[in-house]
Amino acid sequence: MKGSKTRALIPLGIFLALAALLFYGLQLDPRKVPSPLIGKPVPAFELTSLKDPQQRLDRELLLGEVSLVNVWASWCPSCRQEHGELLRIAREHDVRVIGFNWKDERASALLMLRQYGDPYTVSLYDPDNKAGIDWGVYGAPETFVVDPEGIIRHKQIGPITPEVWEEEIRPIVEQYRARNS
Amino acid sequence: MVPELGHFALILALAITLVQAVLPLAGSFTGNRTWMAMARPLAWGQLTFTSIAFGCLLLAFLTDDFSVIYVASNSNTLMPLIYKISAVWGAHEGSLLLWALMLAAWGAAVAAYSKNLPLPMVARVLAVMGMVAIGFLLFMLLTSNPFERIYPAPLEGRDLNPLLQDPGLAIHPPMLYMGYVGFSVAFAFAIAALLGGKLDAAWARWSRPWTAIAWVFLTIGIALGSWWSYYELGWGGWWFWDPVENASFMPWLVGTALIHSLAVTEKRAAFKSWTVLLAISAFSLSLLGTFLVRSGVLTSVHAFATDPARGSFILLFLCVVIGGSLALYAWRAADISGGGRFDLLSRESFLLINNLLFTALTILVLFGTLAPLIYEAAGWGKISVGFPWFNKMFVALSPLLVLATGIGPNTRWKHDEPARLLRALWLAAGLGIAAFLLVSWPGFSARDIGVGVGIGMSLWLVVTHLASLRDRLKHKGGLRALRRDINPSSRSYYGMQLAHLGLAVFIVGVTMVSNDGVETDVRMSPGDVHVHEASGYRFQFNGVTAVPGPNYRAQRGEFVVYDGEREIAVLHPEKRHYLSGGMPMTEAAIDAGLLRDIYISLGEPIGSSGDWALRLYYKPYVRWIWLGAILMALGATVSASDRRYRSVRNRAPAPAGAAEAVA
Repeated sequence: MKGSKTRALIPLGIFLALAALLFYGLQLDPRKVPSPLIGKPVPAFELTSLKDPQQRLDRELLLGEVSLVNVWASWCPSCRQEHGELLRIAREHDVRVIGFNWKDERASALLMLRQYGDPYTVSLYDPDNKAGIDWGVYGAPETFVVDPEGIIRHKQIGPITPEVWEEEIRPIVEQYRARNS
Repeated sequence: MVPELGHFALILALAITLVQAVLPLAGSFTGNRTWMAMARPLAWGQLTFTSIAFGCLLLAFLTDDFSVIYVASNSNTLMPLIYKISAVWGAHEGSLLLWALMLAAWGAAVAAYSKNLPLPMVARVLAVMGMVAIGFLLFMLLTSNPFERIYPAPLEGRDLNPLLQDPGLAIHPPMLYMGYVGFSVAFAFAIAALLGGKLDAAWARWSRPWTAIAWVFLTIGIALGSWWSYYELGWGGWWFWDPVENASFMPWLVGTALIHSLAVTEKRAAFKSWTVLLAISAFSLSLLGTFLVRSGVLTSVHAFATDPARGSFILLFLCVVIGGSLALYAWRAADISGGGRFDLLSRESFLLINNLLFTALTILVLFGTLAPLIYEAAGWGKISVGFPWFNKMFVALSPLLVLATGIGPNTRWKHDEPARLLRALWLAAGLGIAAFLLVSWPGFSARDIGVGVGIGMSLWLVVTHLASLRDRLKHKGGLRALRRDINPSSRSYYGMQLAHLGLAVFIVGVTMVSNDGVETDVRMSPGDVHVHEASGYRFQFNGVTAVPGPNYRAQRGEFVVYDGEREIAVLHPEKRHYLSGGMPMTEAAIDAGLLRDIYISLGEPIGSSGDWALRLYYKPYVRWIWLGAILMALGATVSASDRRYRSVRNRAPAPAGAAEAVA
C-alpha cells in the first residue's frame, strides 16, 4: 500500500507548487503585463489624426526619431493624472510624444486637450480599437517607447509618474537617442 | 439604516455559519444526533440572513442610496430598473454577496432534498458547505464590504460599466456562479465521504444529480457569456481564450469528466479515488477562477477588481480549502479499495479515456492561462499565450474525444467482444469517413481538411448514438418500443443521448463558422451598396441618424440587406455614448438565422459627408454553437431528473456497490 500512499500525495504536491506560483504572482506588479511586441516593429496601422480627420497616418510617422506613443482617452482618470507629466516631458526633455487616442469620442478628446494642454506632436484617433488590438492595448493609459527604426523598445502600463519617467522610460529614450546621433 | 441592517445580517450569517461548520461535524463523530440534526436548520438560517443582506443591498440600489459607496460607483438615477438590479452583482463586492447567497441556497437545497440520506452524511455535507461559506463571508466582511458608506453622499452615481448594461450580461454572472457554487455540493459530498471513510456506490448516486445540475448552470452561464461577447463586443467572435473565460472553462471541463466518472463509480464502483479527486478539483478550479479574476495576478479585459489585499486573502483561503482537502485525500485515498475490475475493451475503458482527455484539456487551459506567470517566475522572460495556441491544442485533442464519445455508449460494462463492437460501429465509421471524403477529397468539394473532419465527426456521433439506441431497443421490440422506453427511469440514458447530440451540433457550428465565416471592413457613403461576395448578399447603407436612449445618445445606422432582389432584413447597428461618460459602445445589428447570421457593426465616421467605416460579417451556422450548448444543458437536466436518484432508499444498490458497503 506504500505506493498508493505516495501516489495520493501527488495532487497535494501539484497544488502546493501552483499555490507557490500564485503567491509569487501576487508579489508582481499587476500592471507589468508582458508585451510580446517588445523588440518588434510597430504593427502596421492606418488611422486618422485626431485634429484633422482628413489626415491619414501610418507607421512612417514613427520613424526617424525616438517617440513615446501614449495611449489615452478623455474618459480615463489616470490619463488626466499623467497628463501634466507628459506636458513636462515634452517641454523639458524635447521628446516627441505621439498621442494614441483610444476608444474615445473626437469632441471630448479635443475638449480635454483644450482644457489641460496638448503634449502631443500629433494624436492618432482609434475610436474602435482597430489598431489598438494589434498593439495589444489592454487599457488606458499605456505608453510605448518606439526607437527611430520603428521598433517597440518598452511598454509602460499605467500612468507615467516622475519616478517612472526617471527610472524606466528616460534611460531607454536616451539610449536610443544617443545611438541615433 | 437599511445598509447597516444588511451589514448586521451578514455578520449574523457568519455567526450561524461558524456553528454550522463545527457542531454537526462534531456530532457526526461523537454520534450526537441532536447536534447532527442542527445542520438543516442552521443551513436555513444561513440562507435567511444572507438573503436579508442581499435584499438590503438590492433596496439600496432601487432607492438610489448613493451614501453607499458601492451603489454610488455602480448605479445612477437614469439607469433602467433591470440594470439597477443587475448592478447589484455588477462589481466585486456585490458579486461576492451573490456568491454567498447562492452557496447558502445550495446548502438549503441540500437540507431540503436529503430526506433519503443518512443523518451523519447530511451533517458532514452541510458542515463542509458551512466552512466554504465562512471563507466567503469573512472575505466580504474583512476586505470587500458592499455596505460601506461615504459622507457626504454624492448627488448622483457613476453608472454601471456600459458594457455590462445588457440583458445577456444581467443573467450571465448569476448562471455562472450557480455553476461554480453548485460544484461545492459535489465537493462537500466527496469530503464528507472521505471524512466518514465510506466511499461507496451510494455516495456516487447522491452526488450525481447535484453535479449534473451545477454543470447545467455552468454550461448555460458559459454559453451566455459567449453569446454576449459575440453580439456586444462587436468583433463577431464567440470565444477569446481570455483568462476569465478560461477560469470558467476549467471547472466546466473537470465537471464534465466528473459527471462521467461518477457514472462509473455508481454503476461499477470503479474509479472511486479518481472520482473524489475530480470532485475536489472541480470546486477547487471554481475557487481558483474567482482568485484569478480578482487578485490581479493575471490581467484581463474582465478584471474588475484588482487589489493585492484581496488577492492575499483568497490565496490563503484557497490554500486552506484546496490544500486541506487534498491533504485529507492523501491521508484517506490509500484506504479506498480499487472497486470493480474491467477488461481493456469495456465501457469503463472508454469513460476512462474520456476522463483522461478532459483532464488533459484542463491542464492545457490551466497551463496556457498561467504560462505568462510561469515564464516570469522561472526567469525565462515574458510571453503571452495567444488563442492560436489554445485552438491548435483543442483541434488536436477533440477528435480523439469525439471518437471515444461515439464508442463509449456502444460498449458493454466490464467486458465486450471486439467482433460485436465492430458490428455495432461499422456503419457509423463508414458514414463518417464517407462524409469526410465527400467534403475534403480534392476530387469532390476539396474543402479544408478541418471541415471534413468536423462534419465527419458530427455524423459519427449521431450515427453511433442511433446504433446505441437501436441496440437498447432490440430486445424490447424495436423502434416501436421507443415511446414506452422513454419513461422516468430511463431519463439518464435519454439525457445522455441529448447531450451528446448537442456535442455534434456544437461541432458543426464551430467547424462552419471557423472555416466559412467572412469578415469585411468597408467604407460606405449613404446610398452605397456593398456586395458581399462570399455570401451573395447586398448591403445598402441608408446613412446614420441620432437617436436618444434612456441613459445614452446613440448614432443609429440603417442597412437594407438583399439576397438577390429580395429584401431579407433591415438592420440598425448603433454606436452609443453613455451620458455618464466612458467609452462609446458598439451595438452590432444581427439578422440571426439557423443557417447563418448577418452581422453589422458601426466603426467610425470618416470625414463630414456621412461616410462610415463598417464591419460586415457573414457567420454561417454560428447559432449551432449555442444550440449545442443548450442541448447539452437540456440533456444533463433530463438525466438529473431520473427517478433512480430520487428513491435511493427503496432500491437495492448495484451488486458491486453492495459488496463494497459490506466490506
